[in-house]
Amino acid sequence: MSSKLRKVLLDPIFNNNPITLQVLGICSALAVTSKMETAIVMSLSVTLVVAFSNLAISAIRNYIPASIRIIVEMTIIASLVIVADQLIRAYFFEISKQLSVYVGLIITNCIIMGRAEAYALKNPPWQSFLDGFGNGLGYSFILISVAFVRELIGSGKLFGMTILAAKNDGGWYQPNGLFLVPASAFFLIGLMIWAFRTAKKEQVEEE
Amino acid sequence: MLEHYLSLFIKSIFIENMALAFFLGMCTFLAVSKRVETSLGLGVAVVAVQAITVPVNNLIYNHVLKAGALEWLGFGELDLTFLGLITYIGVIAAIVQILEMTLDKYFPALYNALGIFLPLITVNCAILGGSLLMVERNYTFGESVVYGFGSGIGWALAIVALAGIREKMKYSNVPAGLRGLGITFITAGLMALAFMLFSGIQL
Repeated sequence: MSSKLRKVLLDPIFNNNPITLQVLGICSALAVTSKMETAIVMSLSVTLVVAFSNLAISAIRNYIPASIRIIVEMTIIASLVIVADQLIRAYFFEISKQLSVYVGLIITNCIIMGRAEAYALKNPPWQSFLDGFGNGLGYSFILISVAFVRELIGSGKLFGMTILAAKNDGGWYQPNGLFLVPASAFFLIGLMIWAFRTAKKEQVEEE
Repeated sequence: MLEHYLSLFIKSIFIENMALAFFLGMCTFLAVSKRVETSLGLGVAVVAVQAITVPVNNLIYNHVLKAGALEWLGFGELDLTFLGLITYIGVIAAIVQILEMTLDKYFPALYNALGIFLPLITVNCAILGGSLLMVERNYTFGESVVYGFGSGIGWALAIVALAGIREKMKYSNVPAGLRGLGITFITAGLMALAFMLFSGIQL
């Protein structure tokens, strides 16, 4: 893989992260991160949808009239999300109950629209696929890190397995309920942005 | 009966606030909340679109997509629910487009105020989320009207409140790395905690 392609794939993970820098796709980052399981299923679906929608949109980019491109993009994205939704319902029914409407909301996840508009409309298919995949990975990175902290501190478990034995079950750990509340995801992402921007000064916003 | 609608209305504004309890429409919530005036414009546009799209999608779901809904056409065994997502987003995009053209023609002043926000609303997940939650909870048509209206108002309330706080925050000395997006997240988190108080209310 040439260095340019590698850059397209890896840049969105740290240097140009969709959540912490581009402010895209935050809704689901907050709502589905109280458990590792849901976060991973969600990350997987978003990564695949964004990669394949970029691929499809880029492949037909020269044939889409500019005036109706949003509708065309929406249709492609919605079809891919329907496939993802049906697959999750078929193979992970329990998780699909917990994810509730958030799988359907991948359609309006701005990462997907944003990458289609900003990248796939101007670049060849293979590169767009990698860009979509990279952005999916950047999104997954944040989602899984937040879920890791929330599940570990909030209930002392990871993937539903006990890591820190809770007091209620005769252990020593007093679970911190605040981390199960969705509001904690706001704080965690806020702190992550702080950490990212302290490490990379050029991302700091000017007043 | 009236009491039922009223409690649903209050519930959809405060207890199940779209932005602060379900985290829907976050992208615009964080990006367009720098000034009270613009966020108020966006809020009004969301209320209008939400109050129309949720009932319309309710009708479409109950009379076209639901299993057995097409019995009168002789397709009793047809179940089109898997087409839901693509239908709702199509309806939303179409209604936003129609609303934009109507406003442009008949209410130019309102159009100039809301114009730039309307296209943004198609990809606002609060709108699609409203329709999906309505389907998930099996609301009747009457309930869906109340729910659409209430959830829109709740979202508008939240974004105006956040914009108010952010306007004041211009005068504070925020650490460099937190400036902008970071501190907005923390603020929204504190607001979400405050809104959790409402969850204790039994209706």
